[in-house]
Amino acid sequence: MDDQKLSRMDPRAVKATSVVSMDEPNEAHVAHALRITAASSNPKMFTLPWEKPLSQWPKDCLANLPRGISRHVVRFVHVGDDVYAMKEITRAVAEREYELLRRLQKLELPTVTPIAVVTGRHTPEGQELEAILVTRHLKFSLPYRALFARNLRADTAERLIDALAVLMVRLHLVGFYWGDVSLSNALFLRDADSFAAFLVDAETGDLHPSLTDGQREYDIDLARTNIIGELMDLNSGNLLPADVDEVAVGDRLVERYRSLWGALTDVDSFNPNEMWKIEQRVNKLNDLGFDVDELEMRTATDGNRVLVRPRVVDAGYASRKLLRLTGLDVQENQARRLLNDLDAYRASTWRQGEDLEIVATDWMREVFEPTVRMIPAEYRSQIEPAQFFHEILTDRWYLAEKAGHDIPMGDAVESYIEHVLPKYKLDEAAMKDINEEAESGVIDDEASYGDYNPEDDPDAAVWAS
Amino acid sequence: MAEVVFEHVTRIYPGNDKPSVDDLNLDIKDGEFLVLVGPSGCGKSTTLRMLAGLEEVNKGRILIGGKDVTTMQPKDRDIAMVFQNYALYPHMTVADNMGFALKIAGTPKNEIRQRVEKAAEILDLTEYLDRKPKALSGGQRQRVAMGRAIVREPKVFLMDEPLSNLDAKLRVQTRTQIAALQRQLGVTTLYVTHDQTEALTMGDRIAVIKLGLLQQVGRPTELYDRPANVFVAGFIGSPSMNLNIHPVVNGQAKIGDDTISLPKEAVDKLTPEDNSKIVLGFRPEDASLAGPAEPDAFSLKVANVEDLGSDGYIYGHILTDDSAAEDATMMSDQNNMTTVRVSPRELPAVGATVKIHIDPAKMHLFSTATELRLN
Repeated sequence: MDDQKLSRMDPRAVKATSVVSMDEPNEAHVAHALRITAASSNPKMFTLPWEKPLSQWPKDCLANLPRGISRHVVRFVHVGDDVYAMKEITRAVAEREYELLRRLQKLELPTVTPIAVVTGRHTPEGQELEAILVTRHLKFSLPYRALFARNLRADTAERLIDALAVLMVRLHLVGFYWGDVSLSNALFLRDADSFAAFLVDAETGDLHPSLTDGQREYDIDLARTNIIGELMDLNSGNLLPADVDEVAVGDRLVERYRSLWGALTDVDSFNPNEMWKIEQRVNKLNDLGFDVDELEMRTATDGNRVLVRPRVVDAGYASRKLLRLTGLDVQENQARRLLNDLDAYRASTWRQGEDLEIVATDWMREVFEPTVRMIPAEYRSQIEPAQFFHEILTDRWYLAEKAGHDIPMGDAVESYIEHVLPKYKLDEAAMKDINEEAESGVIDDEASYGDYNPEDDPDAAVWAS
Repeated sequence: MAEVVFEHVTRIYPGNDKPSVDDLNLDIKDGEFLVLVGPSGCGKSTTLRMLAGLEEVNKGRILIGGKDVTTMQPKDRDIAMVFQNYALYPHMTVADNMGFALKIAGTPKNEIRQRVEKAAEILDLTEYLDRKPKALSGGQRQRVAMGRAIVREPKVFLMDEPLSNLDAKLRVQTRTQIAALQRQLGVTTLYVTHDQTEALTMGDRIAVIKLGLLQQVGRPTELYDRPANVFVAGFIGSPSMNLNIHPVVNGQAKIGDDTISLPKEAVDKLTPEDNSKIVLGFRPEDASLAGPAEPDAFSLKVANVEDLGSDGYIYGHILTDDSAAEDATMMSDQNNMTTVRVSPRELPAVGATVKIHIDPAKMHLFSTATELRLN
């Protein structure tokens, strides 16, 4: 990235650099010793079998979690108490992606967290191995294919698309061109009744001071094509509910993106006596989950109208509020639901006059914590506490409606654990299918490709002649 | 017909005063494979992205097949960015993996099948059309991904460092395949790389760009044999050209106690700005060992030798006034040493001083002031 471009970028992103990736790694200078470049060090990293191709790492160090489709070999690996995602890839690409992810993290965008780049890998026989990009596994997240392997609500595809549209808009607002938007290149976290999407593959991405319309349009167009393709694929595997129209879902992305982008960036024009409309606009943006940092206001040339454009800083209005009140770090819609419950608690205990901070502390102790402590041990790695709480509230509401009276929290929890929670379990067979599928797109697995010689391949020889 | 023309195209990023691409004039002929090559930050990717519609054009215009596309949206330009990270879909057959984008675009079924079959034939995937990706080798999967771009039958292929995420072995193989494929298809192609070997081996023509300015366009051999300036001379070729600045005395280049005859027409082009100095370049293979009394040879103190079996390389310091001149006049960047290729049977001992003769027909001479070619 050139200096001029850097000087115009968000200073947070500029400071994130720690690995300078070379355009042209000089073969002679590539270190022959194993080298781990990391933002923070985990000594356990050094005990991993780096001398083996990733596809041959022993089972006991791998975490059995569903993987998405990738062109490269990817594995989830236990490192101490953490689970890391490892991707085997060329050094230049690994370093570049690491740096990009660090910048996006500094900008507080929803992406996976980069941990390290490992280079200088060799087999005991001295054969060079590709570099590995290490990121932290996003806890409770799932690739879209895992979501379609379970009994799903009919509108799952649409909810995923909505989440992806929000992610794209947020990335585009800071000047990130993705270059390969797809469901495969994102991870999804449940967020109350919606999903939150996280960027997981930044290989083709690029951070600019701002994006041109062409860059945004290209991302939108490619996203549409990729999403339709991914859904057609699910359909071919009989994994998509019969009534889903793939093309309509793809078009929905375009429409959602455009309406969100418009709400966030369009210039409004008001009469000077309609200033209340500005507040309306800000409220609408807060409802969409975006914080407004400042309003850019200027008078139109005729002097009779005021032009207003919001400067949106960030999504996560409700989640920041909840974090401040309770220390809970959850997704936006979960935060909204929890804040609503906190409000209800405050009203039902006649404490409207008290500081919200103090009420929140009691709500945590008396309501939230006792509930989430009831998550059975076997589900603790599968459902986020805030999501559990949200779903119990929803379930409790339905139970109460059916019964015609309020249901005590304890009863609601028991009923939920018995009837609803089991659908969270991804069974072994489904997991195996997903990971085999993930593998069938890999093009550069050293283990299967290592002894490949195009001269010996009759196909390649004929084809290249 | 899909000729691509850049007409006085300039791109200045907002907030910059220097253009990233400066007054570029370049045409890619119909069906041609043009490689745009240059070091990091030279503007090559910006150029490709302007053609793709991802970057705005501040001045000038871009034409595809005679049509002005300067302000057109990317999807309306009929271009294909090949080799983005195309993922293969596990449940779809190879045929569907290649043709699904056409299906989205509403292309009639039999036409899709026709185009897919044609692409499969070129990619040698015909017998796999009804199989799933799982049944294919890594290389075949790679070709399916290429098929996705081919079936669209775009006017222009754009490839931005498409091999950068492949390991060394796959890179060489895929390089050959892309070049062969492009020739078979005859689709106009702009290929961007920082790697001059890729450029030399793949392109019909190569355009070298540096700091936003086009340096030279030509066939690989033209650029190799007659580089237009010092930058192209040093950039194209591996190992790179030896380039040194020498005083010119009586129409001859003075190298220490030795002199090398220079062609008169080159010396005549020197101006007062050149300060009676000249840039003399020669490729490692265009020099040979000379006898001690032979004229037109200079002295080289041997620092290292390499025996590669078929070739031998001598690395050394040019002797000027009997002292090893380290770097003051050295322009090429090979650990500040002069490289000469000889037969491995002629390799001298390390530490010896040898005489080197440059093939006068293969000498490259440049002005020190303008860095432009003189002969």
